[in-house]
Amino acid sequence: MFWNAVLQVGIFLAIVTAVSVPLGLYMARVFAHEPAFLDPLLEPIERLIYRVCRVRPGAEMTWAEYAVSMLLFSMIGMLVLYAMQRLQALLPLNPQKFAGVAPDLAFNTAASFTTNTNWQAYGGETTMSYLTQMAGLAFHNFVSAAAGIAIAIAVIRGFVRRNAKTLGNFWVDLTRAALWVLLPIALVFALVLVWQGVPDNFNPYVHVKTLAGAEQLIAEGPVASQEIIKELGTNGGGFFNANSSHPYENPTPLTDLLELVAMFAIGAGLTHTFGQMAGDRRQGWALFGAMALLFLLGVTPAIWSEQRGNPQFAALGLNQSATAGQAGGNMEGKETRFGIIDSALWATVTTDTSCGAVNSMHDSFTPLGGLVALVNMQIGEIIFGGVGSGLYGMLVMAVLAVFIAGLMVGRTPEYLGKKIEGREMKLAMLFILMFPAVILLPAAVAVATKAGLAGITNPGPHGFSQILYAYTEAAANNGSAFAGLNANTFFYNTTLAFVMLFGRFMMKIPVLALAGSLAAKKAAPPSAGTFPTNGAIFVVLLIGVILIVAALTFFPADALGPIVEHLAMMQGKLY
Amino acid sequence: MRTLTTAIAMTIALLLLTGIVYPLVVWGVAQVLFPWQANGSLVMSDGHVVGSKLIGQNFAAARYFHPRPSAAGDQGYDASNSGGSNLGPTNRKLIETSKAALHKVLAENPGTSPAQVPMDLITASGSGLDPEISPAAAALQVARVAKARGLSAATVRGVVGANTQPRLAGIFGEPRVNVLELNLALARPGTAAH
Repeated sequence: MFWNAVLQVGIFLAIVTAVSVPLGLYMARVFAHEPAFLDPLLEPIERLIYRVCRVRPGAEMTWAEYAVSMLLFSMIGMLVLYAMQRLQALLPLNPQKFAGVAPDLAFNTAASFTTNTNWQAYGGETTMSYLTQMAGLAFHNFVSAAAGIAIAIAVIRGFVRRNAKTLGNFWVDLTRAALWVLLPIALVFALVLVWQGVPDNFNPYVHVKTLAGAEQLIAEGPVASQEIIKELGTNGGGFFNANSSHPYENPTPLTDLLELVAMFAIGAGLTHTFGQMAGDRRQGWALFGAMALLFLLGVTPAIWSEQRGNPQFAALGLNQSATAGQAGGNMEGKETRFGIIDSALWATVTTDTSCGAVNSMHDSFTPLGGLVALVNMQIGEIIFGGVGSGLYGMLVMAVLAVFIAGLMVGRTPEYLGKKIEGREMKLAMLFILMFPAVILLPAAVAVATKAGLAGITNPGPHGFSQILYAYTEAAANNGSAFAGLNANTFFYNTTLAFVMLFGRFMMKIPVLALAGSLAAKKAAPPSAGTFPTNGAIFVVLLIGVILIVAALTFFPADALGPIVEHLAMMQGKLY
Repeated sequence: MRTLTTAIAMTIALLLLTGIVYPLVVWGVAQVLFPWQANGSLVMSDGHVVGSKLIGQNFAAARYFHPRPSAAGDQGYDASNSGGSNLGPTNRKLIETSKAALHKVLAENPGTSPAQVPMDLITASGSGLDPEISPAAAALQVARVAKARGLSAATVRGVVGANTQPRLAGIFGEPRVNVLELNLALARPGTAAH
């Protein structure tokens, strides 16, 4: 068990590392408009899109113009998705004759997929038509991810450009992210998923008479095309209610590994894109290193705690240790083919990123296993992170880290030769403070109101964890859940929708402003007094700052939920 | 205003490309290259569909190997309403449900001690449609199934072995037995002759 865990995690991280370097350098070429290998195929499509949409690809935008374009694009996409859900009964590809989605749920889902959250207050196979799934939800999987990549590229330009007023063109970055990065990878690996058993059809649900003579109705659909972009774009919204624990979404250990790598690939690649664009690849490796260490810091206790299981089961005389015949441990909500290790690894990766897809039910995790998922989101999903958002979230933390280092030695802090001054720190702090505010305040309202408490399905401290988890994932645009929470109510649909919108857009705007402010600065050459940001000391400082900020903000809340529950569980207390 | 019209046009263009063209291309190629998987890995027996290889179904009779408890739908194994129990680790209901499942396993398989019962056999899966059980869960049902079918334990054990899948490359995932395929293999004529 121990060596298998080491091997699985080690090989997974090695694959991510090996994939991230070429992918990151490829993205640097794509967004610098240098020749890339798919150009002959994609450039005609690109030109056609610009002509039809009246985009002037050479026209650069200031940070504010970039932000307005992004906001308008997101708003229109959200309206389209809302309308498509409401009208799905009148639209084609609806073999199960699902009715239009209720207004509050449709609003929540539109906000959820527009913000790359993919929180689902519905079950896919009982609510959404095939058209809504593929042209509504999967379309947003592509464009919300492409918008995230675009913003990360604009932010990188802000950090590396000198005396510049502009950050690039949003439409061009968006189109190139979709065409050059997301579509080709999704196309290839969707077919690998089908080969392994993920369905892709438009058949009505299949009626079967089972071997034992019972009736079973098996949900079908165009699953594979949506499944791959769900992980690659760190979206996370499952075709089915059970998400990637459903054997049709994730049938084998190979699909599991592929989907895990897809979640990390672009976020990890962007660190190298950053290093390449900054002209110092080690700057990218420093961020990659901090992220990889934080990943290991989370996955280790998660596997340990899930394997150790629940003392209540030991009291029944059950054997929870892993043997040749069984995975053992806390198997409630986990699949046989994934056992403990792949489930805990997935729970870590899906919350390191803003993905939120699950291959096991987090609500049934041990308290400490669930705490790892919660903390990963609370530190801002910057461990490779959401596509785009992980990188710029980490860059904000890097700015904070050099600021703190500057205070300690009494020098003006610098990052990539740019002086970090009052305006930059104000914007960075706005970014950092916005996040806990939109988690803790609404969570407090939920636990103080009848409508909020009504959603709890696990009594005791776990009930508070369910609420805290819901608002944390919404603000972090994660979308995973302590899914027992009965969240398809007017109260949760509306409050969570607003938290998702704030968590996405009220953080993207300050970070674009920060990039705009940095782009205008000149860069000083490094001197003997410059604190190097491409070495081990910086990595340690960065990790320290990240953990301290998260602990100061969230420890009291976490103590009331998972930590209390852990102590109660160890004493054999039930609720 | 120009930004607004561009935003509308870009939405339409990318919706057509990623929401219509892309899924149709994947669907078309998948239907040509992997038609069986693309249509749900459906399994035939005696000329009619008895289920999907990937979707668990319920078996309660003694002559069948039994799957894990399921929280999908009201009756379990509802393949149009997937999901787990979402019971938390300190929820009394979790322990009571598992205790009931354990007593059922012990009653159906006399001579089994709780320490021999693997965790997967008394807990609900995340999907509620887990098509597989652990090798230990299959092993403890061998005696019951052999008796009900009038086969020798060695014969049944052999069929279980032939239907056990190892870890991928010896590393990824867990060893497991597909319950539907196992029960189909046992029902196949000629099994008794082994």
